[in-house]
Amino acid sequence: MTAQEVRLCGLLLQEHFGEVVEKMGTELLRSGALNLRALAHQTSTPLDLVKKSLCVLVQHGMCVFGPGRRGPGGPVEYTANCERILYMLRYPRYIYTAKSLYGDTGELVIEEILQRGQMTMSCTVRTVADRLTHSMEDGQSMEYSEVITAFTRLVETHFLQRCPPVDSMGTAGKASSGSSDASAVPQPARPETHPDCYLIPQVHLTGRGKRRRSNEDGEAEEINAKKPRLENEVCGDEGIFWQVNFERFHLHFRHQSIISAVASKLDPTSSEIVRTMLRLSEVTTPANTAHTQALSANEIFRALPVSYNISRPILDQYLTLLVDDPMEFVSKTGDSGGGMYVVNLHRALANLARVTLESVVQERFGSRSARIFRLLLRKRHLEQKQVEDFAMIPAKEAKDMLYTLLSQNLVQLQEIPKTPDFAPSRTFYLYTVNQLPTARLLLHNCYKAVGNLIERRLFETKENRRLLEKSQRIEAILASLQGGGADAAQLSDVEEMITAPERQQLEALRHHINKLDSSENQVDETIFLLESYINSTQSSH
Amino acid sequence: MAGRGRGRGRGQLSFSIEAVGIGKGENLPPSTVQPTQLFPPLEHKPVPLQTSEEAEYMLALKQEFRGAMKTLPFYIRPAAPKKDVERYSDKYQSTEPSDNTIEWTPDWKRLPKELRIRTKRPPSDKNPVIPKESKKPRVNKEEIIRKLETLEKKEEEVSSDEEEGEKKKTEEEEAEGEEEYDEEEFEEETDYIMSYFDNGEEFGADSDDNMDEAIY
Repeated sequence: MTAQEVRLCGLLLQEHFGEVVEKMGTELLRSGALNLRALAHQTSTPLDLVKKSLCVLVQHGMCVFGPGRRGPGGPVEYTANCERILYMLRYPRYIYTAKSLYGDTGELVIEEILQRGQMTMSCTVRTVADRLTHSMEDGQSMEYSEVITAFTRLVETHFLQRCPPVDSMGTAGKASSGSSDASAVPQPARPETHPDCYLIPQVHLTGRGKRRRSNEDGEAEEINAKKPRLENEVCGDEGIFWQVNFERFHLHFRHQSIISAVASKLDPTSSEIVRTMLRLSEVTTPANTAHTQALSANEIFRALPVSYNISRPILDQYLTLLVDDPMEFVSKTGDSGGGMYVVNLHRALANLARVTLESVVQERFGSRSARIFRLLLRKRHLEQKQVEDFAMIPAKEAKDMLYTLLSQNLVQLQEIPKTPDFAPSRTFYLYTVNQLPTARLLLHNCYKAVGNLIERRLFETKENRRLLEKSQRIEAILASLQGGGADAAQLSDVEEMITAPERQQLEALRHHINKLDSSENQVDETIFLLESYINSTQSSH
Repeated sequence: MAGRGRGRGRGQLSFSIEAVGIGKGENLPPSTVQPTQLFPPLEHKPVPLQTSEEAEYMLALKQEFRGAMKTLPFYIRPAAPKKDVERYSDKYQSTEPSDNTIEWTPDWKRLPKELRIRTKRPPSDKNPVIPKESKKPRVNKEEIIRKLETLEKKEEEVSSDEEEGEKKKTEEEEAEGEEEYDEEEFEEETDYIMSYFDNGEEFGADSDDNMDEAIY
């Protein structure tokens, strides 16, 4: 966990959960595992605030607890999960994916579960139905059964999973007998090991969404919205909480990036073939493998979508094209069944990461530096003179560019001695680029960039806080006036309370904040790609 | 070996500069003698952002999500700073109780016991949710005693200090019906209707039968 990652986690926690939780989170990230008292002492916060923050963190899965160093008899220790906190950057992407796959209902289900960390199925269904009803026209409302259908489909495709059961007797099987009471420290297990991970509980849920009555009693509404009313209906799924399965979303994103890469390099039909192959092997391929399960050409032919009316020989030609492509998206692993083909996930990710690195160098240092970089990636080790010759760039400029890249750590210098005493006149100095460390370096830069973007956005908001508050007040006044049926003169009077230069300033502020927010989303795409590449490389070695 | 070169003369480096490609007498770029600027000038402007519909939708999603999180009970605000002087308006402004209550109900079975906090119950809910059975009869008794006490006190003159002490005592005990209790006290104490109270700016304080504090 680097300093930049901790800083970014702190900023994300602060934005979503407030400063108290941020303090707790960063303290846990910096110090590793801590127990309750130590955490309260180190952050000098009152104990109840610490407890509340830990409840919030555990609810959202960003903190895990377990028996501490002193074993089951000692105090419970809490560990923060840096990766999981960083996933908060990607929430809009998850919600958008759910929308594109399962429509508005799916989108709202995922959004609600992301907002609350874990939810029971009945609670989710009710909340989503109410929200959908609210946005529908008067008189219409949303059936619970539709929401249940969307929920079930999300679970069947593994986008949602049950929260792992918390074992309150200490780890069974590991605890040596004798202490049967053990410490009653609940201990969560990995979600996938639970056999009922994707099992929908039997729930009696019938009804429709309720429309919120326009508020005579605004406060009561708020309280009711915060604590989901159970309406005295016991639905039969207490204690079964559902959480978002981030790994499954990541798998989907990886596949999407591979498919779009094939589409842009070759043509849409090849990308359809690759999409079919990935779809067939989705549930059978474990995460982070180097390639998918082998699929025969017959299977692929049968599974192709009907709209792509290509004949069998044409399919074979496309497959051959894919196999021969230098990017090596697809390889042939056998001849049975008309040819066995696999998609090379790791190699595709490595290629995508490589292209990202090259593009970064090109945008930052110019196309000639990018040419040198690509050269070094292909040829591994080159001497100064060779670089100049191969890149066809005059010596002085090539030197300059190489040194700039070297000072930015994108290129490394490797010394190969001719004699054991490393004498400078008798040593080869070779320039080289290592893809994995460079990817890590860029990833670190990305984290820093997102941190900077968030800080800048907070700064801009703080600078113009007075103006923002004023505009919010005026909007509230306008809304209440319009609701009460005021005439145009009154409305224009209120609107004029904001002067024209203030309006311009507000407009510029909104523009800046939108731009910063949008940049965060797009840097996150690069972060995801580089992270996938690094994880894939690490797990294949 | 590296030391051998050092004694020979000034300006000798530990490696031969020809090997790295710098010819003799060539113009080197000026050496930097200070740390890089905080905002160095950009030679190559960055590529503009994507402005597709997808990007805009995700932007809207992100901002809405942030706004929604601020309203949920998971957003924990730090304890209100202790004010230097107790102000008159404190009695009428119900600040968010940042004391040891929690506004949502997690599944306590999934959390370690030490994290358990009282949950804030909505004022309409009379029955206690937390199944601490041993405390139930005591709580009811305490409530009855409390109600009797306040009824007694309402017949006498009530000083503001007692009120403060009273409030603190009730906060320390079970929070059941706390808000209801406070509201009742306010409504029955003064002649002023709660909803009309105006934060003190136009506060005339004309009739102060029960006010013992100085008028600001």
